[in-house]
Order: sequence, then structure tokens, then C-alpha cells
Amino acid sequence: MPRPYTPKVVTASDLLEGDVIYLTATDNWTRHLAEAELIEDEAHAQLRLLLAESQPNRVVGAYLAEVKPGPHGPEPTHFREAFRATGPSNYAHGKQTGL
Amino acid sequence: MYSYSDFDRAFLAERNAQFRAQVDRRLKGHLTEDEFKPLRLMNGVYLQLHAYMLRVAIPYGTLNAAQMRQLALLAEKWDKGYGHFTTRQNIQYNWPKLPDIPDMLDALGEVGLHAIQTSGNTIRNTTADHFAGAAADEIADPRPLAELIRQWSTDHPEFQFLGRKFKIAITGSPADRAVTAAHDIGLRIVEKDGELGLKVLVGGGLGRTPMIGQVLRDFLPRADLLPYLEAALSTYNLLGRRDNKYKARIKITVHENGIEEIRRLVEARFLETRAEFSGEDQRLLGQIETHFAPPAFRGGNTEAYDTAYAADPVFRAWADTNLAAHRRADHTIVSISLKTPGQTPGDATAEQMRAMAELAERYGYDELRISHEQNVILPHVHKSDLPQLHATLKQHGLATANIGLISDIIACPGMDYCALATARSIPIAQEIATRFEELKLEHDIGPMKIKISGCINACGHHHVGHIGILGLDRAGVENYQITLGGDAGPDAVIGSRAGPGFPAEEIVPAIERLVRAYLDLREDPGESFLSTYRRLGDTPFKSALYDAADRTKAA
Ligand code: HEM
Ligand code: SF4
Repeated sequence: MPRPYTPKVVTASDLLEGDVIYLTATDNWTRHLAEAELIEDEAHAQLRLLLAESQPNRVVGAYLAEVKPGPHGPEPTHFREAFRATGPSNYAHGKQTGL
Repeated sequence: MYSYSDFDRAFLAERNAQFRAQVDRRLKGHLTEDEFKPLRLMNGVYLQLHAYMLRVAIPYGTLNAAQMRQLALLAEKWDKGYGHFTTRQNIQYNWPKLPDIPDMLDALGEVGLHAIQTSGNTIRNTTADHFAGAAADEIADPRPLAELIRQWSTDHPEFQFLGRKFKIAITGSPADRAVTAAHDIGLRIVEKDGELGLKVLVGGGLGRTPMIGQVLRDFLPRADLLPYLEAALSTYNLLGRRDNKYKARIKITVHENGIEEIRRLVEARFLETRAEFSGEDQRLLGQIETHFAPPAFRGGNTEAYDTAYAADPVFRAWADTNLAAHRRADHTIVSISLKTPGQTPGDATAEQMRAMAELAERYGYDELRISHEQNVILPHVHKSDLPQLHATLKQHGLATANIGLISDIIACPGMDYCALATARSIPIAQEIATRFEELKLEHDIGPMKIKISGCINACGHHHVGHIGILGLDRAGVENYQITLGGDAGPDAVIGSRAGPGFPAEEIVPAIERLVRAYLDLREDPGESFLSTYRRLGDTPFKSALYDAADRTKAA
């Protein structure tokens, strides 16, 4: 049996601000992981990544990050993505402000 | 201190204008990220975990008040009100926006600061003893030579695309506060038969293959410095590996070819380079030296100091830890700690930077230094000014009395900011400092250097910490490995790994067990952790880490 595909989101850094952004199902970019498109199919994931990479004037360094589905949308599975989704732990900066 | 000539200013303005145009082309989509990345890195602009980061060089760690104020201005105007001082005598801004960076660089240029060669495979900011020009134990001020190296290496056409980054450190004191043995080239000013020269070390470095530098030349006449460096760099440029980034530093070149072969090649090349130097560099050095003349030290008695020392225990505790011997008996070197327990090591707010600038102007002959230990130094203060200075420091949260103690921790940005990190460093430093503050054991423990890196690159110098902590990712969980017995001093030693790492919630208790074991094992309160470790070896310390009944699990 093929291994089930681990869900992903497309994430990148914003060209102007350098902060973390995610691709939504409606082809927009959001700063909130919960609003990202949860991708559960490998072929679809590659297409979504291509879409991100075709926007070099909006995003930098797009990649697929592992997530798991949660009650309010995708949630990080690895601590690195958890930090990217929130911000640094020494100050309430990044996405912790104004959330 | 060195002040820019018209040539320097014009060069900087031109470089900044070029970069402004490059940013503009990137924003308009005329440059791809692949094209832009090397250009931004050449100007100190990284893309980190949450934002861009701008790294500004503080040449040999020396600043004046106007420069410090400008650093504060950048923090306030284009960042989040603070800056992070690093082990490489740089300051990093963690939140700049790309379109603002050209303005930030122009603002830096106004006070003779820049971000050139703070990244890339070039000769980086030459670091120096932070007590340079002031320390009682110094043979000579190393900064004129550091400035000479800066002028020679900045935009040097042959060395813009080396196999890998290249870091030079220089000390003028046998105490070596610049960790020269952990640099690609380490320079130590020495004296032989009344003549000043340099002992040249090569092939030191930390990172994934830590190595202590070896002696390339025991005594190099001072006048031969640039031709000799040029010979060493060009030997490395030819011989160094370019096939594998992890084997590209000069430490690997030295390791693979042997120090004798490297010496033979460098000395042979040196015969050619020396012939090419016409003496212009020595004329330049003479000119540079006039910029580093000591200030006109004021006289006067030190009674105010003696009175405060006798009367005020808080002042006394601070004076006992944060002052160092100045070459004049009526002056002292003040270390301002950026390590208040619970704070991020090396961070200063804009308001604190301005306060330090003000103090430097009022009491410190307009001089400031940044130490590789991420603190700020006022190198020349008359002792009678100390009580007022201390009172002002207190008002700004800058009077922590912990220099050289367990809470004076070096920590790299780690996974709170750094895109390469495998774990966080800052919270570990905060927790250790806070814990020992609670225990009130810090002064009893005495000299202790804890150094923390968030990945194998070792920016936090963990290999040369008495206790080193390396953060790793073990199956998706932050895990911390301990090294013991490292030393960053003149006889530098790479620490050895104690054993399996600890998960984040167990690292502070592990450090506490280690320290309590030391307190039990030392012969008397005068025996430091490092001396005790050297006397007894690692067995009792490993036992404290791993055999204790109260510990649960190690990964
Ligand atoms: C935040 C962005 C940073 C990045 C991307 C970065 C990258 C690196 C890398 C890749 C290495 C390993 C070099 C090698 O082994 O060849 C390294 C080493 C080092 N870095 Fe950083 N670093 C960063 C921040 C810092 C900071 C904040 C400091 C000072 C606190 C620093 C100081 C050093 C030092 C002292 C070394 C080890 C000495 C050596 O080069 O062998 N770095 N860094
Ligand atoms: S040691 Fe690793 S985590 Fe720390 S700053 Fe260097 S590259 Fe980043």
C-alpha cells in the first residue's frame, strides 16, 4: 500500500518585508497559517508550488512545509514551522503582535 | 579613533547608491532572487526566519558616541527599537524591510559605518581585543593594524571570491581577549629584543570541524604584516578546496596539507609579495596611528570612588565584577553588561544605546567598544566618575554586575531568528541566567563561561565555553548537547562532548547539577570551574550529568 501523503502548505517569505506567508486555496497569500490551503495530494502540491515559484516578485524561497489538519486550519508539525507561524520566543514580535 | 577621509566617504556613498539601484531593480522584478541574493549578501542583508536581517560591521569593535546614537536611530526608525550585538563585533537588526535598507545604509554612511563584507566569501570584519588601547596588560594597541587590514581588505580585488569566508582577529595583549586561536588567521602582538612584531596563527575556526589555530610564524616584523597576509591569503585562494563548502575553510587546507607545507608555500609567496609592497602601506599605517593616539587623560584624585566603594554594597559588587585594570592607575575599564538575567544576551534598546553614548561623551573620552562577549565597554573612565556613571547605568537597566560570571552568557540568535538553526539558544540563556539569579549562587561560583549555539555552525562559540551548549534537532524535538572544558583564552582548548543531549526542559537542571558538582568538588572557593575540571577530568562531571537520581531521561 502506498504511504499516505503527509499534508503540506506552500509557504515562503514576502519579498518586501521578509516575513512568513502562506498560499491560500484562492491563490492569494496570507500571513496566517490557519488560512493556508491544506494540500493532501502530492501532484496538487507540486502544481501549487509551481504557482508560488512563478511569482518571484512577490515571494522568496517558496517550499512545501509539513502540517496537520486542525480544527481551525492547518497546524505545524515541526517546531521550526511553529516558530515561523508565530514569531520569536524572546519578544512578542512577528505574528504574535496584532493577532 | 579613525575618521573617514573624503575617499572613504565617496567610496561608501557610491557603494550605497549601487545597492539602492539593485534593490530597486529587485523590487521592480528586473532581478531574480538568484541574481539579487549575492548582491544583498555583499551588503550585509540576509533573509532570516521572520524577516530580513541587516548586519553592520563595527570595525575592531570601536565606536564613538555619534556612531552609537546612529545605531540607536536605525533601531528606532527602521527596526523594532533594539539591536543585537554579536560575537563578531557586529550589530544585527532583525526586522528591516527591504525597501528601507538603502536608507539605513545611507544613515550608517553618515557616521562612517557600513555593512560591506559582513557576509560572503570575503575577508570579514577584523575583530580585536575589546580592551584595546586601554588594558594594563597590553603590549601595544592592535587597532591601527586592524584598521590597516580593513583598508587593505575592503574591496581587495583578489579576495572578493575566496573559497569561503575569512576571519582575522588581533590582540595586543598576552591575555588574548579576542579568541585569536579560533580564527582563520589570529594575530598576537609580541615583543622581541625591543622590537614589536606579530605571532601569526593560522587555521583556527569553530563550526562543524572546530580547530585551534597553529603557529605559522613566531615573529613577523610589524612592517611585513600586509605582504605576509597577502601571501597567506593568496596561498589559501589557490590551494583551498572549492569542491565542498564544508572543506573550504583554511583550517581544512592547513589540516590536509600540514602546517609545514603551508608555511613553505606562504613564505615562498611572501618573498614575492614583499617585493611588491613599496612602503606605501607603512606611510598609511603611520597616518592611521595618529588617529589612535590615546585621549588626553585627566588627572585628579579617586576619593569619590573609594568613598562609594566603602559605603555602597551594590556599587562595590558592580565594581568588583565589571571593572578591569587600565594602564593608568587613576582610570579603569568599564564593562556594561547586556546580560541582565532574563534578557536576550547582546540586545540593547535604542534608549540604552543613547544612554551609553551619553556616558561615553560625559565620562569616557567619546569611546565605546563592543566585546565579542556581547557587552559594551567604556575603555577609559576616571575612577572618580564611577559613582555617577553607575547611578546612570542603573536608571537604564545597564548596571548588572555579572561580567565573567555564569549569567554572562554568549548566545547566538538560534531558531528565534536564524534560518540555519536547528534549535533555539536565546531562551536557554535566559532560563540559565534566571535560575542562577534565583539561587543567588553566581558570585560563589566565580569565573564561568557558558556559550550557546543554535546549530553546528557554532556562532555562539560553544566549543570554547567552559560549558558549551549546542542546540540540535533530534527527531523533531529541540535537544541540547553539552561540551565541557573549552577555553577561549591564550591557550585555547576545544571542549569535549559530555555525552547524549538533553531535551529543552532538562537542560537547565542538567547545568545546575554540573555546577553543584563543581561546588562540591573544588578545593577551595579560589579554584574555578575550569581548573577543577582540568584537575579531575570529566568523570565526576559526567556522573553529575547522567547518574543523578533526580533526572528522568536523556535523548
Ligand atoms: C543569523 C545569521 C547567521 C548566519 C546565517 C550565520 C552563518 C554561519 C555559518 C554558515 C557558519 C559556519 C562557517 C563554517 O564553518 O565555514 C558560521 C560560523 C560563525 N558565525 Fe555565524 N551566522 C549567523 C549569525 C552569527 C552571529 C549572530 C554571530 C555572532 C554572535 C556569528 C558568528 C559566527 C562565528 C563566531 C562563527 C564560528 C567561527 C568560524 O567562522 O569558524 N554568526 N556562521
Ligand atoms: S550557530 Fe547556527 S543557529 Fe546560531 S546563528 Fe549561527 S548559524 Fe544560526
